[in-house]
Amino acid sequence: MNWDVVIGLEIHTQLATKSKIFSGSSTQYGASPNSQASLVDLGYPGVLPVLNRDAVCMAIKFGLATGCQISPRSIFARKNYFYPDLPKGYQISQYELPIVYDGCLEIVLEDGELRTIGITRAHLEEDAGKSLHDDFRDHSGIDLNRAGTPLLEIVSEPDLRSATEAGIYMRAIHTLVCYLGISDGNMQEGSFRCDANVSIRSRGEKKLGTRTELKNLNSFRFVEKAIQVEIERQINVVEDGAEVVQETRLYDAGSNTTRTMRIKEEANDYRYFPDPDLLPVIIEDKLIEKLRSELPELPDAKRNRFISNYALSETVAEELTSTREIGDYFEEAVKSQPSVPPKQIAKLIQRELTEALKKNSLNIKKSKVPPEIIAVLASKIQDNSISSSAASAVFEELWRTDSSIGVSNVIEKLGLEQISNEGVINTMVDDIIAQNPEQAEQCRKGKDKVIGFLVGQVMKISRGKANPQQVIQTLKNKLRGE
Amino acid sequence: MSLNREDVEKLCLLARLKITPEEMTDVASKLSDIVTLVNQLRTADTTEVVPMAHPLDIAQRLREDKVTESDRHEHYQQNASMVERDLYLVPKVIE
Repeated sequence: MNWDVVIGLEIHTQLATKSKIFSGSSTQYGASPNSQASLVDLGYPGVLPVLNRDAVCMAIKFGLATGCQISPRSIFARKNYFYPDLPKGYQISQYELPIVYDGCLEIVLEDGELRTIGITRAHLEEDAGKSLHDDFRDHSGIDLNRAGTPLLEIVSEPDLRSATEAGIYMRAIHTLVCYLGISDGNMQEGSFRCDANVSIRSRGEKKLGTRTELKNLNSFRFVEKAIQVEIERQINVVEDGAEVVQETRLYDAGSNTTRTMRIKEEANDYRYFPDPDLLPVIIEDKLIEKLRSELPELPDAKRNRFISNYALSETVAEELTSTREIGDYFEEAVKSQPSVPPKQIAKLIQRELTEALKKNSLNIKKSKVPPEIIAVLASKIQDNSISSSAASAVFEELWRTDSSIGVSNVIEKLGLEQISNEGVINTMVDDIIAQNPEQAEQCRKGKDKVIGFLVGQVMKISRGKANPQQVIQTLKNKLRGE
Repeated sequence: MSLNREDVEKLCLLARLKITPEEMTDVASKLSDIVTLVNQLRTADTTEVVPMAHPLDIAQRLREDKVTESDRHEHYQQNASMVERDLYLVPKVIE
């Protein structure tokens, strides 16, 4: 039997505010336990939450970027459940009247097809604290530093049709929130996590099947793997003649399986009701328009502009807009050397910089080679001062030492100036032809592949410094009179 | 409407309350009265009424995003029953 898969994601993204959503405690990650938990975060009696303006503005920005409606009037609700890392016994969230609702995001599938994924709503809520279960014998340790950190929960429509699509959508949301500057998107630190609702139905069926919810998927890879094994599990259950049970499941990365966390009957009844400690939030058009004017260029628009302004291919443009920072870096480099073709700069960024950053696990903001320097390096390739293979060595040296000593100095220090002197190249080519009579003969007879071999030999004796274009031309000239 | 023993046990589980068997009849009867009252309220026609989120007809004041709290965990932890390595200790919970 053929099955269709239906997936909806709930993404929790921590908002990049300095202080918590309802208190003046810091949200800085990694502080010593409970040093950033105030009386409000601890749920002491008699305290009152006061809403953080920036958290509201960030939620609105997300709404504007995804074509959502912005609620002119939005309310907070108490979601009641018991867990030791939730000291109040309820989480302040939104139920009816979320701050933004009814938008969409376009994603590009692997085959290039565009798909529009509906966004049901995005609402503000507070994060819970953290429970540490090891090391305390029959006790758990509670750190409430995270309690009260602002979260935006982004709920998609059940529009996703495969684990891969879910991964693409999650990445697209991640890119978007980072572009908007509303989240640092740091997945290791838990700033971006996801729950997935998964169900199957026989092909062509309109009615939704019974869904299960996969909790706390905190990496792109896990989301795809967890959904994939859950789809397979559900298909097996149904094909064995049983029924999928509505339940919450946990993904175990070690065994690559999902297991029951709680079934529907044990599920919490959250008893949502409007939080009497918080008044309705009124959002005026004036604020919405101000925030709209502050929106940065979004990934899609930037990619298209890179393609048309800088004559980049789709794939290169995609990579250079994968984060706002890499796009900014590229544009700063281009601006500093307007006469160098942007493609040349793009190539260096992709080939050298991206590699170096990956190897050193660095963010582009911490790059040891600033954009102006990489642009100068590109200009040296462009005017034939160095070959592109020499550029690689120069880049490494710039990265390794102090890049402010200048590109020309490094080229000189490494002795990598490209040899473009006709006389010198002539002599080298003559030597190689004399040393390889057989290959030279084949080449004379028109065997193109052999030219590559001879060029390689010349490059070798020049220690990579000969201008390859010139070598090819000279060889062709001498052997074929071209 | 009257709640039976099972209803009350379920509610106790959800609310994390422990009641003795002697209290059961009394609690069931009082809770039933509350449900009756709520059911009576539900007979009122509210189709045209916008749900009230708050009795005060004013808007939420927003706070500037500024860190105003300092680290006072030692003071706050004085009334915790158990603390170790700055963490509050609670009976082990694993879901």
